[in-house]
Amino acid sequence: MHSLIQAIILGALTGGVYALMASGQTLIFGIMKVINLAQGAFVILASYLTFSLFQMTGIDPFVLILITTPVMFVLGAATQWFLLRPLRQDDMAELSLLVTFAVALGLEGLLAIIYKTTYRTIQPGYENHSWTIRGYQVNEVRFYAFFLSLAMLAALYLLLQKTKFGRAVRATVQNPMSAQLLGVNSKMVASFGFGLGVATAAAAGSVFGLISPFNPGSHYDLISRLLTIVVLGGLGSIGGSVIAALIMGVGSALVSALASPIWSDFTFFIVLLLVLLLRPRGLFGARVRGSL
Amino acid sequence: MSALLEVHGLTKRFGGITAVDTCTLEVQQGTITALIGPNGSGKTTAFNIITGYLKADAGTISFDGKRVEKPSPASLYRDGLSRTFQQARIFPDLSVLENLVVASSYSLRGLFQTRVSKQDRDRAGEMLEEFKLSSLSDLRGSELSYGQRKLLEFAAVLMSSPKLVLLDEPTAGVNPVMIETMERHIRSRHKEGVTFLIVEHDMQLVMRLCDPVIVLDRGATIAKGTPAEVQTNPLVLDAYLGD
Amino acid sequence: MTKAGILRAVIFFGGLALLPLGIEPVWVLNLLIFTLMYAALASSWNYIGGYAGYPSLGHAAFFGIGAYSIAIIFEKSVGRGYAPFFMLPVIGIAVAILSIPIGMIAMRTRADVFAIVTITLLFVAQTLAFNLRTVTGGAQGKGIAVPPFAISHFSWPFYYAMLLLLLLSMGISFYFRRSKIGLSLAAVKADEDKAHGVGVPVTFVKIVAFAASVGIAAMVGGVWAYYGGYIYPQFAVDPLITIGMVLMTFLGGRATLWGPVIGAFILVPAQQTFAYQFGGSQFYLLAYAAIFLVIMLILPRGILPTITDRLRTKAKLREISAALTAQEQEASR
Repeated sequence: MHSLIQAIILGALTGGVYALMASGQTLIFGIMKVINLAQGAFVILASYLTFSLFQMTGIDPFVLILITTPVMFVLGAATQWFLLRPLRQDDMAELSLLVTFAVALGLEGLLAIIYKTTYRTIQPGYENHSWTIRGYQVNEVRFYAFFLSLAMLAALYLLLQKTKFGRAVRATVQNPMSAQLLGVNSKMVASFGFGLGVATAAAAGSVFGLISPFNPGSHYDLISRLLTIVVLGGLGSIGGSVIAALIMGVGSALVSALASPIWSDFTFFIVLLLVLLLRPRGLFGARVRGSL
Repeated sequence: MSALLEVHGLTKRFGGITAVDTCTLEVQQGTITALIGPNGSGKTTAFNIITGYLKADAGTISFDGKRVEKPSPASLYRDGLSRTFQQARIFPDLSVLENLVVASSYSLRGLFQTRVSKQDRDRAGEMLEEFKLSSLSDLRGSELSYGQRKLLEFAAVLMSSPKLVLLDEPTAGVNPVMIETMERHIRSRHKEGVTFLIVEHDMQLVMRLCDPVIVLDRGATIAKGTPAEVQTNPLVLDAYLGD
Repeated sequence: MTKAGILRAVIFFGGLALLPLGIEPVWVLNLLIFTLMYAALASSWNYIGGYAGYPSLGHAAFFGIGAYSIAIIFEKSVGRGYAPFFMLPVIGIAVAILSIPIGMIAMRTRADVFAIVTITLLFVAQTLAFNLRTVTGGAQGKGIAVPPFAISHFSWPFYYAMLLLLLLSMGISFYFRRSKIGLSLAAVKADEDKAHGVGVPVTFVKIVAFAASVGIAAMVGGVWAYYGGYIYPQFAVDPLITIGMVLMTFLGGRATLWGPVIGAFILVPAQQTFAYQFGGSQFYLLAYAAIFLVIMLILPRGILPTITDRLRTKAKLREISAALTAQEQEASR
């Protein structure tokens, strides 16, 4: 029983981190109807950036987020501007998958050339600290990460609900053409939105590097989990992806504790198949069908 | 006799908006029935539900005497109900001829036969002749003008010899000559026994061509009758002119 | 089938069939084996990624399944050496049939969800390959018994096996194009909802394309494993293989018969040439990704369609100018 609850705690905390990464992905899908297959790779890139910056300057990885976030934002916006914008509208759905996939692999290759394939971790000294609350271990880093995720998700929420940009984004999500007619510069929204979605990867990357060893190939694991999460949550629903992230975090931790860590990877795939079989639009997604 | 198409209590909500509100209508065999109503009255939504592109929240649909439990575009097409779209959907990468062949409702076994057989060519050829599209037969769908696309779309959905054809604004965005052409083809097919349900905004066309006329407003049927009756119905006038 | 088409096929396959008789250096045959391998892979990826418009990002998983199947069955002995080749059709058909339920779930909604499932499948396959140690040998890899082929002609059976697979792959591609399956797939690719609306058996043709596609990938994987003699999970289930076939199909031209083959014949020798200079698969990854992005932006339709389009436009212009000339002549009378 104890180990089960422990697993749930661990899972929930990890789920928070996934939630942050997934929300970025959902945002991008919402704006552009593009599934960013490079989201995992951007997270790993952020992890490596944080790793190098930490090595060079010794500044705490959580603080480094302030530096990596704008960098990732620019990278994201540039990716959209140079690689996705030129695609023809009718090909967009099909080709954006391949383009973002290529970006993911390109990043993997680039990182492998620079950093080789050895696994790295970011070790500021406190990464293994955990508190014991009522007999349950709570890992310090994951704890901070969870609240960081909450904070950033809240910031994202505020951005979308309260600012002019946020309104433009929501309008574009709901009805791109009307939004354009009402003066929303949809090109800028697309670029900024993509940048924002990738920027969430910065914070996630910092944290991920602290809690897990990573190498350039780690993005596969991440993207498969992220994709399952966004499908479960419902493509296009940020709230849905947050809840789905928590569910998957806890679920896979439970499987890990009850069966073995290997099967916890499987959990994601099984859940993906089940969702598609039983409720393709996920928990909170819109009806999934082509256009009328 | 029972109607060819019967719709009872059809309801569809999108968030807070009820697009179709316990809509009830029927289409008798052998008629050219019009479905009119002001913008936003739910006509296209109703079409989409009837033809299986949208799932209704409530209501029943019966076609050709049988209840349609789970309307799906493909099975309805094979049972004899076909439709056109407001935005003239054809297959841009296929040739005009292929656009017709692909709509000719072939069986699974037919899949393994020649892409465009002599038989296909003959059948499609007849259709092309009738619609005066023969000279365009090898052009790609993407190379046609908008009016030609509308004609092609119409011709294609006739390939399966349907009993009921739902036309969604067949004359929207086309020149007067084309309107006349469309009307001619609808009438000639009608003579051969095809029933039509047409959503239209061109009132003169509706008055000339259709009987009965069903009027929708805010998702519900508010009137049904001959063109003359509907024209003078105060409810209808109110719906179009009011608020 | 046009006379020109038949001629092309005869020259191509005939030439390739006779090639080993004339070529001496082993490395040429080796290069060709990999070229034919990717040509067969790309050609079959084209069924689902090109004709149907559903880009599968997980084909390497099926390649790996074929590779491991051969490795597991023939770990100890291969008899006279030909048994594995005869096993291939069995593997191909088995994989094709087993892929049907996966395909049905994956293609239930849209092309992008399909990509999600296939990518996840790839990852799962890789994880399985690494972790099912008793079956796959885990990270240690798995060896296959060495066949007793004569040293002088050792590569020949593998070469002809790949050539036959390419013939099969292109044969099916050709068959799809010529039958209503191809017509239906083209409709699905152009406008799937409309295809439903005109009674096209959408799910059936998508499944057929998918199953055929992965069946061939599995068979190719089997030959590759046998040829290499020893397989490791990271190479048998390698995303690089997927991106290779995707890239080659895009380069040569999606939804064409010869496009994927052309793409393979350009890229595989290019890759092998660079291998000597730079080595290491990380560079391939970056290079493939970069080339892919460049192609997307510059030559989005691929080589073959761009050429056929230009010819079509030229023919049209000629027609128009001929008509104008005729008009002028009439007018001046």
